[in-house]
Amino acid sequence: MKKLLSIFAVVAFAFSAHAGTLDDVKNRGFLKCGVTTGLAGFAAPDDSGEWAGLDADMCRAVAVAVFGDRSKVEFITTTGKSRFPTLASGEVDMLARNTTWTISRDVNLGFEFVGVNFYDGQGFMVPSALGVSSATELDGATVCIQTGTTTELNLADFFRLNGISYEALPIETNDEGKENLFAGRCDVYTTDASGLSSTRAAASNPDKWVVLPEIISKEPLGPLVRHGDHQWGDVVRWSLNAMIIAEELGITSENVDAQTSSNVPEVLRLLGVEGNYGEMLELSNDWAYQIIKQIGNYSESYEANVGPDTPLEIARGLNALWTQGGILYAPPFR
Amino acid sequence: MRSNLGFFSDEKFRSIFFQTLVVGLFALGLFFVISTTSYNLEKRNIATGWSFLQNPAGFDISFSPFLEFKSTDTHLKVYFVGVLNTLLVSITGCIAATILGFILGIVRLSSNWLLSRLVYIYVEFSRNVPLLLQIILWYSILIQLPRVKQSLQVLDVFYISNRGLYSPRPIFESGFSYVLIAILLALISSFLINRWAKKRQDKTGQQFPVFSSSIGLIFIVPLILFFILGSPLSFEHPELKGFNFKGGLVIRPEFIAMFLALSIYTAAFISEIVRAGIMSVSKGQREASAAIGLKQTWIMRLIIIPQALRVIVPPLTSQYLNLTKNSSLGIAVGYADLVHGFGGISLNQTGQAIECMAIVMATYLSISLTISFFMNIYNRSIQFKEK
Repeated sequence: MKKLLSIFAVVAFAFSAHAGTLDDVKNRGFLKCGVTTGLAGFAAPDDSGEWAGLDADMCRAVAVAVFGDRSKVEFITTTGKSRFPTLASGEVDMLARNTTWTISRDVNLGFEFVGVNFYDGQGFMVPSALGVSSATELDGATVCIQTGTTTELNLADFFRLNGISYEALPIETNDEGKENLFAGRCDVYTTDASGLSSTRAAASNPDKWVVLPEIISKEPLGPLVRHGDHQWGDVVRWSLNAMIIAEELGITSENVDAQTSSNVPEVLRLLGVEGNYGEMLELSNDWAYQIIKQIGNYSESYEANVGPDTPLEIARGLNALWTQGGILYAPPFR
Repeated sequence: MRSNLGFFSDEKFRSIFFQTLVVGLFALGLFFVISTTSYNLEKRNIATGWSFLQNPAGFDISFSPFLEFKSTDTHLKVYFVGVLNTLLVSITGCIAATILGFILGIVRLSSNWLLSRLVYIYVEFSRNVPLLLQIILWYSILIQLPRVKQSLQVLDVFYISNRGLYSPRPIFESGFSYVLIAILLALISSFLINRWAKKRQDKTGQQFPVFSSSIGLIFIVPLILFFILGSPLSFEHPELKGFNFKGGLVIRPEFIAMFLALSIYTAAFISEIVRAGIMSVSKGQREASAAIGLKQTWIMRLIIIPQALRVIVPPLTSQYLNLTKNSSLGIAVGYADLVHGFGGISLNQTGQAIECMAIVMATYLSISLTISFFMNIYNRSIQFKEK
C-alpha cells in the first residue's frame, strides 16, 4: 500500500508540476491573457475585431517581451467571477483585467499582483434627470452592481457608514449593467470610475448621465499572475515598468530608434544597448526596445485608449507620472 | 491452459472478482482526485477550511423574503438565504407546472381540433427552446415594462413597473389568530367528514356532498368569524417615495422571470407525461364506465386518472427534480438563489471554490433526495393494491 501511495504521489506531482510559466508560454508559442468580457478603453474588440485598450496593451507588451511579436497573444475573456479560477487553474498565464489589488487576493487567493497599470476609485453614475448631485442622496435607490468585485463590498460599507439604505441588483457583466441601467431597472450604476466613463461613452446620449463626485474607494488595478512563479512574475512586472520608465525617459515608439544612440545610461540599459538585463529575465536583450517600438510607452497607451481625446475622456490625474503630480512610479532600471 | 483459468470458469468467483475490481478502481480514482486536489491547493497557497462560513459576508442581498439580511451577516446566512430562495422558486414552480401540465395534457387529448393544435404548438415550442433563453426572454420583456415613476396602476392598489409587482401587504391584528384556528379546525373536520362519507358510501351506497360541505366549512365559517371579530386585518399600501415604492409586498421581475420560465418549460414536459398516462389506460375502461352510466367527469376522476397516475407519477418525479436543478439558472437574471448567492458571490469573495461548491452540491442532492422520497411514498400509495 505504501508503494502504491508513493506512486500516486509521483503521478499527482507529475500532473501538477509546471516547468515554469515562462517556459510553458515559450513552448506554446503564444501568451494566454485573461481580459474583461468587453470594457471600452481597457479591453474590448475594436472595429476590426482586434482587442484594444490599456489592459489589452499590457497583454501585448508581455507577448512582445517574450516573443518580440505583438500578435502572439490569445485573449481569453473572463467575468468578475470566473477570472480567479481561470488564472488559478492555469487556463491563462496572466490576468490584465481591471482587477483591484487587495490583501486577500494577494495573500489568500494565491496570486501575485505585479504592479498597477491604472489607479482608479469607485464612483456612481445616475441619469441626470434624477437630479441627484451627491451619492449621499441615494437613500432607497436600486443599485446595479457587478458581483464578486471589491466594489460590491465597498458599496455595502458606504451605505452602512452613511446610514442609508439601498437595494442591490446583482449583475454579472458590464453589458448586463448597462442594459439594466438604461432600462431603468436600477437607478444607479456603481463600479470603478473608469468603468463608468466607459459605460457613459457607450450610451446613446452620454449627456443624459452624470458621474457623481464621490469616489468611495481606492482601486489600484493591475496585472496579476499565480503566486510562486517569481520568474514569470518578474517578466510581467518589468514589462509594465518598462513602459512607465520609457515615459519617464521620454522614449516613444517614434523616437525609440534614435534613442539607441542616446548618451543617457538608463536609456541604453532599458533598450538593451548596455548590460544584459534581458538575459536575467531569460528574454532577448532588446525586449524593452520591442515593447516601446511595437506598443509604445505608458503615456502613448493611455492617450490612445482612455485619455482626454478618447470617448472615455479620463484625465491623467493620479495616473500621471510622479514627476507630474501623479503617483505613477517605477523602480529604477539598473 | 484450462487449469490457469480454473477460477475464472466459476461464475460466482468471476462476478465477485469484477465487482471488486470496479469498486477498487473507483476508490483509487477518488483517492487520486482528492489527493491531487489537496496537493495542488497547498502548492498554490489557496486557503482551505470551513472557518470562512463564520466571517461576515460584507455584501448585501436584496431579495430575501424570509430572512432579513444585512452586510454584517455571515456567509452561513448567505447560504440559508440562498436555500430559501431556491426552495421558493422550485416549490412555486413545481405547483404551477403541475397544474398547467395537467390542464394542457387533458386539453391536448380533447376532440376540439383548434385547442389540441394550440397545445401541440405550445409544447413543441417550449420544450425545444433552451430554458436559459426562455428565462432571458422573460426577463428582457419584464424590464421593458414602464419605469418605476410611470408605474401602471391596477385596481388602485397594485403597481406594475420594471422593478416588479407591488401589492398591499396584509397586516394581521389581534384576533386574526382565531380566524386561522377556525380555518385549521375546518380543514381537520372536512378531512374527517371525507373519511366518514367514504365509509358510509361503502356500507350503504349513499353519497354525501363532501366537496360543497368542505368548501362551506373552510371558507364561510372563518369568514363569518372574521366579520364577527370586527375584520382584524388591515393593509399597508405601497407608496412611491424617492427612488422606489416603500411598504407593501413586492414580487421582483427576477423571480417572476424564473417562475414563468421554469413552470412553462416544465409544464410542457408534464403535459406530455399526463397525455401518455391517460392514453395508457385502455379504451375499454372508458367504454365500460360509460356503459354503466357514469358521468363524463366521473369517468375521468374515478376511472381514468387513478389508473393514469400509476404511469404519470414516476416521470413526474424526475420533472420535479429537473425543475429544482434548473432553478440554478437564476444566476442569468440575478435571481439570488443558492448558486448565485452562496455558490457565486460568497465563493468569489472568499475564493474557497471547492468548499462552496461541495456545500451547494450536497444541498441540491439533499433537496432532490427529499423530493424523491416523498414522491416515492406517494407513488406507492397509488399503485394497484391486490386485495
